[in-house]
Amino acid sequence: MAHEDVLAQTLVKEILRLVDGKLRFMEVCGTHTVSIFRSGIRSLLPKGLELISGPGCPVCVTPVGEIDRAIALTRLKEVTLLTFGDLMRVPGASSSLSYERALGRDIRVITSPLDALKIAVGAQNRKIVLFAVGFETTSPAIAATVKEARRREIHNLYLLSSQRLIPPAIKTLLSSGKANVDGLLLPGHVSVIIGKAPYSFIARDFSLMGVITGFEPLDILEGICMLLRQKAQGRSEIENQYRRAVKDQGNRLALQIMEEVFQPVIARWRGLGKIPDSGLTLREEFEDMDAAKVFDLPLEDKEDPPGCCCGEVLQGLKSPPDCPLFGKRCTPDDPIGPCMVSSEGSCGAFYTYGVLQ
Amino acid sequence: MCLGVPGKIVSIEKDLAEIDFGGIKREASLLLCPEATEGDYVLVHVGFAIERLNEGEALGRLRLLKEIEETCLGSAEDGT
Repeated sequence: MAHEDVLAQTLVKEILRLVDGKLRFMEVCGTHTVSIFRSGIRSLLPKGLELISGPGCPVCVTPVGEIDRAIALTRLKEVTLLTFGDLMRVPGASSSLSYERALGRDIRVITSPLDALKIAVGAQNRKIVLFAVGFETTSPAIAATVKEARRREIHNLYLLSSQRLIPPAIKTLLSSGKANVDGLLLPGHVSVIIGKAPYSFIARDFSLMGVITGFEPLDILEGICMLLRQKAQGRSEIENQYRRAVKDQGNRLALQIMEEVFQPVIARWRGLGKIPDSGLTLREEFEDMDAAKVFDLPLEDKEDPPGCCCGEVLQGLKSPPDCPLFGKRCTPDDPIGPCMVSSEGSCGAFYTYGVLQ
Repeated sequence: MCLGVPGKIVSIEKDLAEIDFGGIKREASLLLCPEATEGDYVLVHVGFAIERLNEGEALGRLRLLKEIEETCLGSAEDGT
């Protein structure tokens, strides 16, 4: 038997031994959700232990108004919009970036913000706008790109920021009291940047436990084990399972670059509403690169699509199959809500891996 | 979206590294991880190395597992 199989069996045995009564653990991060489904971890867990998905999918929590603002930008003739691929098919109020591209708008998919620098240099007559969606994992890379554009005197690159911060969202979720969770698997790659300290409120204010967890199936099983051990020992602490990548203090330089370029701002999250200091906007000295200001695009609050339960799914209040649209009107081929679109959305994962479970 | 892929640094030129992801080689920026050197394993996200991977911890991650095995040893029907 392969070494990993033996380890997995050992961990599963320990989980079975430790589960006592009913427990709900939330995996905050969408990448965890996908790994859990792909590896079949749910099918190994005892009935009393429920894993629920949280708000950690940047594409899923981006509200309709912000998608529409990006679409409005693409209708300006001089603008080229750059986006990560996941966002292309997220429906706005009446269109999507993918649909707009089919109409001939200049929209390009990139895999790294560094591509934006190359494209801007190669197309001096165009105004290049990077639609920046992401959490703390991504924001330092965006910030470094902004600084590089400034250093290299690239004047035709702009940023449309839809970036968000994870700890304020967790706080809002727990404060609402509705999610009813016993412990949290905390996002490994957000934590690479921010470290352990920003989660301390989880233990201090809510007496809940959290474990920063990696993304391999064995990491996730070990993370669950660590939560169960805390429970058994009556502890509520923030622990780090993903020690090979996450330092307690995070990546100090990345945080510093991020803080140099961005400042926290109130932001609306799909499902969670407006949360103070949970978004990132460019600081005053970089304002001339802020697409929302330069192109004067106000942000409108818009309703989620009728019938779509993404908002509740993102808070752990509903499971995707509880949504009346799931698998019927809303499928990965023809999605209504973002949780079905994104490769790490909970609905997409349920549809792809979970229907038969 | 928060995918991070581990790879090994093959060579470095200024702040760009050539990284080997199990046979596929790609460039990544070291702006967020300037202390990384040739031979290091780094975690790469959207074209940026965001942290060096700690080999000691990677190998030592079995600590908890060993503990479990020890605590279970007496009772387990040891299917291994």
